[in-house]
Amino acid sequence: MSELPGDLLYTKDHEWLRREDDGTVTIGITDHAATALGDLVYVELPEVEQDVEAQGEMAVVESVKAASDVYAPIAGTVAAVNDVLADDPEKINAEPYGDGWIVRLMPSEDIDESELMSPDAYQQLLDELDD
Amino acid sequence: MPFIPHTEKDTREMLAAIGADSIEELFDEIPAELRIDHLRGVPEAHNEMEVSRLMRERAAMDGTPMCFIGAGAYEHHIPTAVWDIATRGEFYSAYTPYQAEASQGTLQTIYEYQTMITELTGLDVSNASLYDGASALAEAALMAVRTNRRVKTGLVLLAPGVNPVYEQVAVAIAGAQGLTFERLPVDAATGNVSFDKLEAGRNPVAVVTQQPSFPGTLEDVDRLSDWAHGEGALVIAIANPTSLALLKAPGHWGEKGADIAIGEGQPLGVPLSSGGPYFGYMTCKQQHVRQMPGRIVGRTTDLDGNPGFALTLQAREQHIRRTKATSNICTNQGLMVTAATIYMSLLGFQGLATVARRSHANTTRLVDGLCTIDGISRLYDGPYFHEAALKLDRAVAPLLTALAEQNFLGGFDLTDFADTDALLVCATETKTDADIDAYIAAFAAAMG
Repeated sequence: MSELPGDLLYTKDHEWLRREDDGTVTIGITDHAATALGDLVYVELPEVEQDVEAQGEMAVVESVKAASDVYAPIAGTVAAVNDVLADDPEKINAEPYGDGWIVRLMPSEDIDESELMSPDAYQQLLDELDD
Repeated sequence: MPFIPHTEKDTREMLAAIGADSIEELFDEIPAELRIDHLRGVPEAHNEMEVSRLMRERAAMDGTPMCFIGAGAYEHHIPTAVWDIATRGEFYSAYTPYQAEASQGTLQTIYEYQTMITELTGLDVSNASLYDGASALAEAALMAVRTNRRVKTGLVLLAPGVNPVYEQVAVAIAGAQGLTFERLPVDAATGNVSFDKLEAGRNPVAVVTQQPSFPGTLEDVDRLSDWAHGEGALVIAIANPTSLALLKAPGHWGEKGADIAIGEGQPLGVPLSSGGPYFGYMTCKQQHVRQMPGRIVGRTTDLDGNPGFALTLQAREQHIRRTKATSNICTNQGLMVTAATIYMSLLGFQGLATVARRSHANTTRLVDGLCTIDGISRLYDGPYFHEAALKLDRAVAPLLTALAEQNFLGGFDLTDFADTDALLVCATETKTDADIDAYIAAFAAAMG
């Protein structure tokens, strides 16, 4: 398992968040999640300017044998979606923390970081899953 | 592959393995008040001999009338080979195989079916079929909502010629899911859409056009499709598969083509059988395939490079996506589709076109003959395929009763649909000139 980027926040649903300078938050799924799903074949993206609730369904990632909802870790408005994934969903497998990002949200309220996980806390969750 | 029931020993061992005392215990979580522990109105069981006799007696009550009814289900000649082959043990399972890839022959049959239906409808992809044409409309409407996500109205506009039974079924299935179905305005002279009265700006999520229409007319599908696309709607086509051997395929309607085509597959080798089982077909443009319900068989290559067939895009389906599947009520009609595939293979495109032309010629002879009788005229102007609406100067029901006494199923009573005394008649290739002339004579006698 590759090392977790230290500059991201994580969720127990195996998503990651990056706070951008412009106030938006970039969201993707972790390498663990992408590996567990297998090679992705399709990503259903929300529409830009769509409002999403915290814990609401935001996107769907689909592999040959499974489909999984991606939940919004925070409430907000969709600022951008990674259109590249429409033609190249495997980007998520290849670069889950880079070009495989899924959605960029403009948060509708202050982010409560206590609801999210640090890299160390998420690593601990993964270690427990391995046991 | 054989289906072997559990022995009592199997059942005991399985219960022991999961620590349950009885099968009833597995249902404990269903509250007692929701359980039906009796079957009211279900008679005592009959043995095989009694049931066989009952069925023979009931079947004999049908007699052997000559059928001039269409209205959604059509009597066609079915080559004997169709059901002789379809009922071979290798095919004779009416259901989707759950160990799908172990049944390469079944998958190849479905794949060939999909190929033929996409060719007929002029669209890119087909599913493995649905229950029937009516439920296919409900599925198509729900699919349109998922596909055309920008439109939030849930409004589905139906051309005047959409089969009213299809509308009822679509409302029953999709009406409680936020969809509303409305009819487009009708031109009384043609029975088709009144383009002058079309209302723009209603934001329909889909517009449904049936060709040929329920009362047999031919809609200007190019113009209506272009209008619908201009309104931001998806175009759902309902088409009789036999007619597609002659008429323009839905995939080529207007500038962009229909987005989804559905219809009743029964005319392709499935007997009338008092209403079923039939099957619904569904095809669509490639770009919509992720939202199409039902199973899809794809062709692939195995590890050794040999061609093979596999269920594909299964992540849309209910066994994986559960409540978020594209549909939770659909299945394919494997046996009916097998028959349809054999039927289309035996006829070929030219054969199907011959059936279509013969049916049109027979209906023309029938309509022209009936219209020489005083009190009968065409209800609508314009061309028709193998079915046409007639206007009568008196109530239809007594005439149909009189014809039935002469052993003719005289047509579909269109009075409620047309809001005037009217009859829908159909003569497929199964009728000879003598049959048609005998029917016309019986009709003339009934009219007095």
